[in-house]
Amino acid sequence: MDFLFTDEQLELRATVRDFLAGKSAEETVRRLMATEAGYDPRVWRQMSDQLGLTGLAVPEEYGGAGFGYVELGIVFEEMGRALLCAPYLSTVALATEALLRCADEAARRDLLPGLAAGRTIGTLALLEKPGRWDEAGVQTRASRTAAGWVLDGAKRHVQDGHIADLIMVGARTPAGVGLFAVDGAAPGLTRTSVPTLDQTRKQANLEFAGTPARLIGDDADGWRVLRRVLDTAAVLLAAEQVGGAFRAVEMAAGYARVRVQFGRPIGSFQAIKHLCADMLTEAEAARSAAYYGLWELAADSDDVPLAASLAKACCSQAYSRIAGDAIQVHGGIGFTWEHPAHLYFKRAKACEAMLGTPGYHRDLLAARLGLRSARGMEA
Amino acid sequence: MDIEIRPEDQPFADEVQRWLDEHLVGEFAEHRGVGGPDDPAAWELRLRWEKKLSAGRWLGLTWPPEYGGRGATLSQAIIFEYLYARAQAPYRLGVQGQDLFGPTLLMFGTPGQKARFLPKILAAEEFWGQGFSEPDAGSDLASVRTRARLDGDDWMIDGQKIWMTFGTSADWLYVLCRTDPRAARHRGLSLLIVPARQPGVEIRPVTNMLGDGGFCEVFFTAARTRADLVVGAPGDGWKVAMAALGVERGTLLIPQQLGFEREAEHVLELARGRAGATGLSHRLVDAWIAVRLMRVTTLRTIGELVAGREPGAQAATSKLYASVQHQRLLELATELLADDMTVTGGGYALKALQRAFLLSRAETIYGGSSQIQRNIIGERVLGLPREPRPGSTGG
Repeated sequence: MDFLFTDEQLELRATVRDFLAGKSAEETVRRLMATEAGYDPRVWRQMSDQLGLTGLAVPEEYGGAGFGYVELGIVFEEMGRALLCAPYLSTVALATEALLRCADEAARRDLLPGLAAGRTIGTLALLEKPGRWDEAGVQTRASRTAAGWVLDGAKRHVQDGHIADLIMVGARTPAGVGLFAVDGAAPGLTRTSVPTLDQTRKQANLEFAGTPARLIGDDADGWRVLRRVLDTAAVLLAAEQVGGAFRAVEMAAGYARVRVQFGRPIGSFQAIKHLCADMLTEAEAARSAAYYGLWELAADSDDVPLAASLAKACCSQAYSRIAGDAIQVHGGIGFTWEHPAHLYFKRAKACEAMLGTPGYHRDLLAARLGLRSARGMEA
Repeated sequence: MDIEIRPEDQPFADEVQRWLDEHLVGEFAEHRGVGGPDDPAAWELRLRWEKKLSAGRWLGLTWPPEYGGRGATLSQAIIFEYLYARAQAPYRLGVQGQDLFGPTLLMFGTPGQKARFLPKILAAEEFWGQGFSEPDAGSDLASVRTRARLDGDDWMIDGQKIWMTFGTSADWLYVLCRTDPRAARHRGLSLLIVPARQPGVEIRPVTNMLGDGGFCEVFFTAARTRADLVVGAPGDGWKVAMAALGVERGTLLIPQQLGFEREAEHVLELARGRAGATGLSHRLVDAWIAVRLMRVTTLRTIGELVAGREPGAQAATSKLYASVQHQRLLELATELLADDMTVTGGGYALKALQRAFLLSRAETIYGGSSQIQRNIIGERVLGLPREPRPGSTGG
């Protein structure tokens, strides 16, 4: 395995960074986070049509560009850096990934091209109770009727659930957990937008009442797919967290260079300098964690679950701590609404919970490393 | 997760592995992983091992053949270090000469100096001691006071050095001296090559907290060395010394960090067998994560070096990260051992984990303390202003 970005990958990073510098500047983020949809459809179209980002890691036969997870991770890192407001994680890391991992070729042919082209916004509805990302947490019921499968139950904290055209749902069938596709406009589906602490990313609660759904693959094969989707998305989210963390370090160091107190730039005081050095050190460790996950994903290794939990635990904690320290370095101004430090701090907090908290992933790792009984959790 | 070996390097990697398989046997295999940067354990055995390495021409791989090297590529040297560390071959005694002074001499030495000193380093015949720190010049290295003045055809040296690793075994010292007392701090320093065994040089072991004598203090009283035994020009000592420390902060820690993985696995194994370990499971996970991340970070840096790219900021933060995390791992190990940790063998004979635990306290001090590392990261990577010096007008 080569732990080095190729020239093409470095070029991709530069292109995406350039694009986002223009399309996701701070004033744009602030404007979009105040809207109900939470994204700019024109920019979304440019992302898919001009840069091919929505279909980046989708095989060409389904309308994508056929790149891999390392390229995708680079894009997530840059989006995290720019606090991009767009349903990218939900569409690409969750919905698209679920279809890519399923064993249902017909569904892939039907649904992937729309997602890859950015014409379909997708998401995954899995969580029902806070923090329950495990199989036993799936209680929404799927029943087979004469007219096909229908879903009954409630899903919470569905990323971009208010605007998604295609909702992938994990639900309990008589045979186990199945994966289902639900149309965003399906009858019997009630979507309620929920105001979010991190306003740059939107959530909805979904209620299913006899909602028609398409079974994807086998009615007992859903959890196998979903588990892999959760691991993959955790790594991609970790890359996003790394991007945000590095931007927070840069903001803090940039301020410490110019802010003068006691007749000196505050960055010349070791109290501040060493804090910034520790922030960078933790950010670099987090970057290693995310890249480790990406490389394991790219190699389709058996260590993906391990690397995913490692990346999510490590990057969550790093981003939260670094974003908090960035506020500290800025002092009073960092605590204001006007300053962007809180946007990163809140994004960090929201990312920390999404797809499992650091504590949850440490529990998984402890079980995998044989440090505690795996009872009540999967290992 | 492993390093990638390019097809053109595969024959070399095979040769390394074959040699290790054939030679890392018997008493050497029984001492896998023995020793460390400042750990003199199993000295005689390690000396025999080092002679074998020399006979196999595995020392100074990248050095030119005329000095006993192979003129190997950086990529090959890294492959060697990696396979060497993976095989848990004994930690090399001659690091001072092979990895610090030798590379510095290659950069700044005269042809005559190189021809005289480099082959003896690779033959494991002459060992070197670093004379940088002084009792009053630790982190503030530019304030060294050891003086050297020309006296006929010789430099005459007076002063005191400290923290010289393996000083009692050194044949030669490379000593940072003040040769121009009128020049300011960084100017007026020269790096001199000084024979260790002479009446004017007294080397005394300093007993460390393990009760070992890994490092030494050195007293120079009218010690002498030839006028031409200066590395670089007189007055260039600071630049030369910084280059040597740059080597130290670069790739030198790679084998050591890879060695931490085995330690972490050992600690996890301890934890699996202990009922009281459940409350420590998240800390154990964190320790395991940290060690794995050291490996990934190392592989990132190796990848960049081999590709001829400038290493990223992770190369600057990795020493700080690794040394702090290694201490945490060993703190955890000792907590797991609980009361077993509180007793030693007769004659203060320490268990391996006790040794590692105590030795780890030095890791955040040597090679630039954690506080100096943070200054370096803050100033050189993040561009933060230096601290104004008392009395100076500039920033």
